[in-house]
Amino acid sequence: MSLVETRETWIAVLALEDIPMLGARVVEGAAIGPVALFRTEDQGVFALRDRCPHKGGPLSQGIVHGHRVTCPLHGWNIELDSGEAVAPDVGCAKRLSVMVKNGQVYLSKAELTGAP
Amino acid sequence: MKKMKLAVIGNGMAGIRTLEELLKLAPELYDITVFGAEPYPNYNRILLSPVLAGEQTVDEIILNGLDWYAENGIRLHLGKTVSRIDRVKRQVITTDGIVEDYDRLLIATGSSPFILPIPGKDLPGVITYRDIHDTECMIEAAKHYRHAVVIGGGLLGLEAANGLKLRGMDVTVIHLAEWLLERQLDPVAAGLLQQSLEAKGLQFRLSTQTSELLANDAGTRVAAVRCQDGSEIPADLVVMAAGIRPNTSLAEAAGLACQRGILVNDTLQTYDPRIYAVGECVSHRGMAYGLVAPLFEQAKVCANHLAFMGIGRYTGSVTSTKLKVTGVDLFSAGAFMGGDGMEEITLSDPVGGVYKKLVLKDDHLVGACLYGDTADGTWYFKLLREGRKIAELRDTLMFGENNIGDVGHEGHNKAMAMADTDEVCGCNGISKGTIVKAIQEQGLFTLEDVRKCTKASGSCGSCTGLVEQILMNVLGTDYSDTPTKKALCGCTDHSHDEVRKSIREHHLLSQQEVRQFMEWRTPNGCASCRPALNYYLISTWPHEAADDPQSRFINERAHANIQKDGTYSVVPRMWGGLTNPAELRRIADVAEKFNVPTVKITGGQRIDLLGIRKEDLPAVWKDLDMPSGHAYGKSIRTVKTCVGDEHCRFGTQSSMKMGVDLEKMLFGMYSPHKVKLAVSGCPRNCAEAGIKDVGVIGVDSGWEIYVAGNGGIKTEVAQYLCKVRTDDEVKEYSGAFLQLYREEGWYLERTVHYVSRVGMEVIRQRIVNDAEGRRALFERLLFALRGAPDPWKAQEAAGVDWKQFQSVRLATSAEGALS
Repeated sequence: MSLVETRETWIAVLALEDIPMLGARVVEGAAIGPVALFRTEDQGVFALRDRCPHKGGPLSQGIVHGHRVTCPLHGWNIELDSGEAVAPDVGCAKRLSVMVKNGQVYLSKAELTGAP
Repeated sequence: MKKMKLAVIGNGMAGIRTLEELLKLAPELYDITVFGAEPYPNYNRILLSPVLAGEQTVDEIILNGLDWYAENGIRLHLGKTVSRIDRVKRQVITTDGIVEDYDRLLIATGSSPFILPIPGKDLPGVITYRDIHDTECMIEAAKHYRHAVVIGGGLLGLEAANGLKLRGMDVTVIHLAEWLLERQLDPVAAGLLQQSLEAKGLQFRLSTQTSELLANDAGTRVAAVRCQDGSEIPADLVVMAAGIRPNTSLAEAAGLACQRGILVNDTLQTYDPRIYAVGECVSHRGMAYGLVAPLFEQAKVCANHLAFMGIGRYTGSVTSTKLKVTGVDLFSAGAFMGGDGMEEITLSDPVGGVYKKLVLKDDHLVGACLYGDTADGTWYFKLLREGRKIAELRDTLMFGENNIGDVGHEGHNKAMAMADTDEVCGCNGISKGTIVKAIQEQGLFTLEDVRKCTKASGSCGSCTGLVEQILMNVLGTDYSDTPTKKALCGCTDHSHDEVRKSIREHHLLSQQEVRQFMEWRTPNGCASCRPALNYYLISTWPHEAADDPQSRFINERAHANIQKDGTYSVVPRMWGGLTNPAELRRIADVAEKFNVPTVKITGGQRIDLLGIRKEDLPAVWKDLDMPSGHAYGKSIRTVKTCVGDEHCRFGTQSSMKMGVDLEKMLFGMYSPHKVKLAVSGCPRNCAEAGIKDVGVIGVDSGWEIYVAGNGGIKTEVAQYLCKVRTDDEVKEYSGAFLQLYREEGWYLERTVHYVSRVGMEVIRQRIVNDAEGRRALFERLLFALRGAPDPWKAQEAAGVDWKQFQSVRLATSAEGALS
C-alpha cells in the first residue's frame, strides 16, 4: 500500500492504542451507520457494522474473545473476520476493510460513504 | 509435516461421536479413515424403534450424511468388514483386501445380539433387532405375516414387540425372568407395565424358556416356537432380543486383552497404547454399557487423549432407563430394587396407574423407579448422580421438584402432558413441537445441544426441567444427562470449584495465569468464562488481582444497564430506599436536560432513568451527584426497607436505619450474581424480606435473619437462618453469609441455588455455630470492601475505561469530510 494510495482511499479514524486490547471502539457518522472497531489479542484489528444480525444489538459493546465477539443483547457469537454468525445462528454483520499503519487505524473511504 | 493416520473400525454412534469431539479439538491432526460394515452413513440407532413403529423414516435418523465425511476429509469405507488388525505393521485389513496403515487405531465395533443356541435358530424368519436391515426385515414381514414372537422382555424386545403390534401383527413376548424389564423395574412397576402393554394387545409368557424353533411343512420358514413346557406358539417371525454381546473377536484375534469386552483404562486405551476403544464393545472397570449417554462420555475423554491433550478420565457412568413406547411412561435409575441398609419411600395408586419408589441410603437418594408419572425422573437422576444429601428434602422428595412456583411456561410442569403447540420456553417462544423436531431431525442428545439449536431454556433457564423431560421422552434411555461435574464453559473441562480452588491454592492473580495453569483450550477464553474468571480472581484476591474491564459484561463495563435499542438506564443509589427533595430535584433536572424518555420507580425502591445515550452517561452521573446504584452489576443491588418504628404504629425495630447501615456496609460488593436485601420492622414484613437473598425482620426482642430467598424465575421463600439481638450482629451474620456465598458460589449462581447446592445445614453450621469462622468471614468481607470506589465518581480508582464514552465521529457529513 503506497502512501499516495492511502491518502486517496483510506481515512484515518483513530490511533490503535485507543482501542483497548480485547475491546472495541465505535466510529459514528458513516453513511452505513455506526462502525465497530475491534482489537484482538494477536494485534488484529477488525471492523464490522455495529449491528448484530439478530436484533440489531451494538456489537461494539460485546465481549471480544479469540477472533469473535459476543453480542451483549442475546449472546450471538459473530466472527470478526467475516461478520458471519457462528452456527447454529445464521446471519451476517457487514464486514469493512481495515488498514493499520504506524499505529494509526484506517477505514476505507468508499465503504464508509457507501459508494460502490 | 505429514499428518498422522487414524483408523476407525466401526461407523456407529460411539466411534463417530469420538471423531466429532476430536475434530472440535484438533481438526488438522489426523488423516482419518473409517470402516463401516453397514452400507449406511452414521445413523441414530436409538431411533430405530420409532422407525419400526412407523413414527419416523430411515432418512430422518441419519446423523451425519456422506457430505459430513467429505467436508472433514474423512475416507469412508462403507459395507466393508475389517477381518484383521496387524499390530506389528500397524495395518487394518478388510475381507476384500483393503489395507490401511494407522498410527492410532480406534475400535468401536459395538455389540451383536445374542442368538440363542437352539434348534431352528438359522431358519428364515428368525432375526435379531440391531440395525436398519433388521428393522426393514420386520417392517417387510409385518406386511405379509400375522404371528410374531419376540424372545426377551427387555427394553429392546418390548420396543420391537410394540412396533410389530403397531404394524398389525399378533405379538407374543417370551421372557425368561419372572417380570418384564427385570434389570430396570421392580415387580410392582413391571406389573403395571405389563397391564398397559396387554391393553395395547400384546401377549406375554413370563418365566418361560424357549427350547426350539419349528419350521413350516416345506421347511422354508419358521412357523412356531416351542417352549420348554412343551407348548407351542405360532410364529411367522421370531425376533431374538435376549441380550447383546460385545464384538471383541477382532480385538481378541489381534491379541488385545478382552474380558466380556475389550479392556480399556480410564483414558479408553487398550493394552496396546496405540489402540483405543469406545462404545458397547468395551469393558471398563468391569462394566459394559449399552446406552448412549455413557458412550458419549467415553467419546469425549477418548477424543481428548487422541488429540494429545491428555486431560480427562472416564470413571464410569450411572445410567437411567426410559422405555420408548408411546403412551408408556416409566423411568428407573440406580439401586431401584432396594436392599440391605436401604430405605424405601413408595407411592402407589394402582387405579390411576401411578407408582413411584425412591430408595434412600444414609441421607442419599440411591435409586428410583417410576411408573405412570416420570416428570421428576430427570430431577431424581440429578440428585442421584450428584450424590446430594437429601435430609432436608426428604419430606417433599416424593412430590418432585416442580410443585411450586416456576413461571414462563403456562404453569406446565409435565412435558408429556403438553401439546406440540404449547410454549416451553417463554423467553424465546419455543414450543414443544419445535424442540421435539430438532431433537429428532438434528440428532441432539444433550441439554446443551438443544440450547444451541433451538435456544430453548438458554435465556432464563426456568424451563430447563421441561426441556430435559422432553429430551428423555424423545430419546428414552439414551438421553444424555448433564454430567455430574459441570465444566465452567467450553474452553475447559474444569469445574467452577476446581478453578476457584486453583486460584486460591496457587495464588493465581491473572486470567492468563489461570488459563495457562489449567490448560485452557482457547487463548483468551469466551464470553462465559472471562467474566467468571475475572470475578473469581478479584473476589479471591481483593486489592491484589487487577480487575479487567474487557472481561466484564457491558453493563458492568459501562456502569449502566444496556437496553434493547443500545441506550442505557441509570439508577442512582438511594440508601435503603430513602431520598430527599434535593436529590429528587436533581433527578428531575437530569431527566429534563437529557430528554430522558422514561422515568420509572423500580421494584427495589429506586428511580430508574431509561433511554440515556452512552456518551451522555458521564454528564448524567455528574449532574445527579449521587452514588452509583449498581443496578447493572452482579453485585449488591438494593436494600429495601419499610418505614419501621420511627413512624409506623406497628413497628418494633428501626428498619430504615438498619437498611441504610447494611447498604453502606455492602457498597461496591461484587458477587457471583446480583444480591438483594430487605429489612422489615415487624413480622408484617412490608419490605417483602421473605423473597430476598438476605431478609431481615424485626421482632420485639431483636432481628430474625432469613437467607436464599428469590422473587424471580422460581419463587423461593427465604429460609430461616437465626435470630440475633443487636444491629451489629445483623451486620456480622448477614455479612458472613454473603462472604461465604462470594467465596464459594459459582459465577451466575444466585444465593438460592448456592444454598440448595450445599445445603442449609452447612450454612447454619458455618454461620451460626462456628463463631470464629463467622467472624473471619465477616472480616474478609470488610477487608475486600475497604475503600470500594464509586465508579460514577472516582472513575480512575474504579478502573473505568473512560474512552468508551467518547465516540469517534467522522466530521459532519461523511461525504464532505472525506473529499
